[in-house]
Amino acid sequence: MSQLALVIDLNVCVGCHACVTSCKEWNTSGTAGYLADMNPFSKDPTGTFFNRVQTFEVGEFPNAETVHFPKSCLHCEDPPCVPVCPTGASYKREQDGIVLVDYDKCIGCKYCSWACPYGVRELDEHQKVMKKCTLCVDRIYDESLPENERKPACVMACPTSARLFGDVNDPDSEAAIAIRERGGYQLMPEWGTRPANHYLPRRKTRITIHEDELVRVDNPLRKERQLPMPNSDEPTLDDVTSW
Amino acid sequence: MHPAFSVVFLTTLIGVGQGLFLALYTGQLYSVVKVLPVQDSANFYGLGSLIAVAFLAAGLFSSFFHLGHPERAWRSAARWRTSWLSREVIALPAFMGMTMIYGLIHYLGWNPVLFTLRDTFEIDLSLLVGGLNTVLAFTLFLCTGMIYACIKFLQEWATPLTVVNYTLLGSASGFMLATAFASHQGSELTGFYGGWTILLTLAALVTRVSSLVRNSRIKHKSTLQTAIGIRHDRIEQKAQGFMAGSFNTREYFHGVSPAVFSTIKWTFLIAVFPVPLFLLSLGLTANVLPLFIMAFIVQYAGLLAERWFFFAQSRHPQNLYYQTVG
Ligand code: SF4
Ligand code: SF4
Repeated sequence: MSQLALVIDLNVCVGCHACVTSCKEWNTSGTAGYLADMNPFSKDPTGTFFNRVQTFEVGEFPNAETVHFPKSCLHCEDPPCVPVCPTGASYKREQDGIVLVDYDKCIGCKYCSWACPYGVRELDEHQKVMKKCTLCVDRIYDESLPENERKPACVMACPTSARLFGDVNDPDSEAAIAIRERGGYQLMPEWGTRPANHYLPRRKTRITIHEDELVRVDNPLRKERQLPMPNSDEPTLDDVTSW
Repeated sequence: MHPAFSVVFLTTLIGVGQGLFLALYTGQLYSVVKVLPVQDSANFYGLGSLIAVAFLAAGLFSSFFHLGHPERAWRSAARWRTSWLSREVIALPAFMGMTMIYGLIHYLGWNPVLFTLRDTFEIDLSLLVGGLNTVLAFTLFLCTGMIYACIKFLQEWATPLTVVNYTLLGSASGFMLATAFASHQGSELTGFYGGWTILLTLAALVTRVSSLVRNSRIKHKSTLQTAIGIRHDRIEQKAQGFMAGSFNTREYFHGVSPAVFSTIKWTFLIAVFPVPLFLLSLGLTANVLPLFIMAFIVQYAGLLAERWFFFAQSRHPQNLYYQTVG
């Protein structure tokens, strides 16, 4: 069964919030109604976002690292938010594993948000229904878009390609390969939610160069110098080695 | 968690309603086996049921304030197979309806004797309906408690004690009201209810304090390390991704200072247990109605604080992601 998801590479995310703004832009313009923005230009602005980028400091100066951490609904394979919904407004799609909320059925009881350990569901102040990442379900299947644009808006926007999108259950997909080969992991594995979204860890890129890699060991002269120019009537090195 | 007053009122009010019904029915049961005198059907059981229904209706009414779309509330009966909330949504009106029927049977005297057990115990219609409704009352306690107890990562709630506390505290407050009601009706059952109230309140004291002790020792499974998946002893959030609040910062933090928080805990510990017990015992010595009423009011107010604390005490793992504005 296919399971669409995002794979987020923490090693390259620079925390620019481009995914946050492009997500908001796409999802506030859709047919499902806009994403609330309360007091946008005054004190305490607040609003609904599907995606947030947070920043953590790991370690202590000078051995500290800044980790930018984008977080949206992880489209869990065993989503605790779905069975608790009393109306059936929250559901997980059979065909692609996307977890969605039916805004016409939701009564805004907030119970599903209590049942999500990751804090990615937000009650929309304007529509009074629960909202969360849809993996741009209204984009990825849209045949009027060129094929390479049938991806979530956040993936399109990321300037460092920190966000990969694909079917994590298809072993040949870019997402599954990244998880497999680059140590992809899940958040809060202790609750058995089996998030479909994965994160790729920070890595140090180091190359080790030894002295003898810089100096030719098989050089009979033990040092690099210009070879003597052969006489013009002698065969050149090229002629010798060509046969 | 941020306690919602709609839910605080809902759970405490229906608890009183359920407890009151259980008290009425216990009284009736005892009178059938002739341990206690029979009460006047219309004035005692009829009116008593009406009061219970009033509490249940007030609770139901308050629950609507919790919803973003109250007009769609009927939809919430749909997922009773998986959702305890859905089950509660069915159990509450069912219990309310049955209590109403129970009251009407008594009030209108439509109470034919169905059969006689061992030639002495007359089993009438109200006894049958009341028996079924007792099952419903406990089902409703179970549903209400399980709404909270079933979310395993809200570790303060994820214990059978949650259901036990809802049941005992609800029953205690209902029996307290029944004591006052019986005293008002000049019924001989006052002492009987008073005795049960003392027992239930003491039992609730034991279980509620057990849950407080349990929660004070809880080791939360989720940490910042598991939340972002980085293994390092020192991780600190520098920015949560936005400056002003969001749903996540409003819904999951109670927002009061530790001093207020612990004051509320002691308030409920005093107002739910010793004070009403004292007033009740004092009242029982000479059957003083105002003391019973006062005991009920103090205990109910204490229960409001208890419920507030119940919600506020639970620490949602999502809070790990919302520590620093940045
Ligand atoms: S991340 Fe939260 S909202 Fe998304 S599927 Fe998992 S539990 Fe549900
Ligand atoms: S807020 Fe909406 S989607 Fe969430 S549990 Fe309630 S009805 Fe279901």
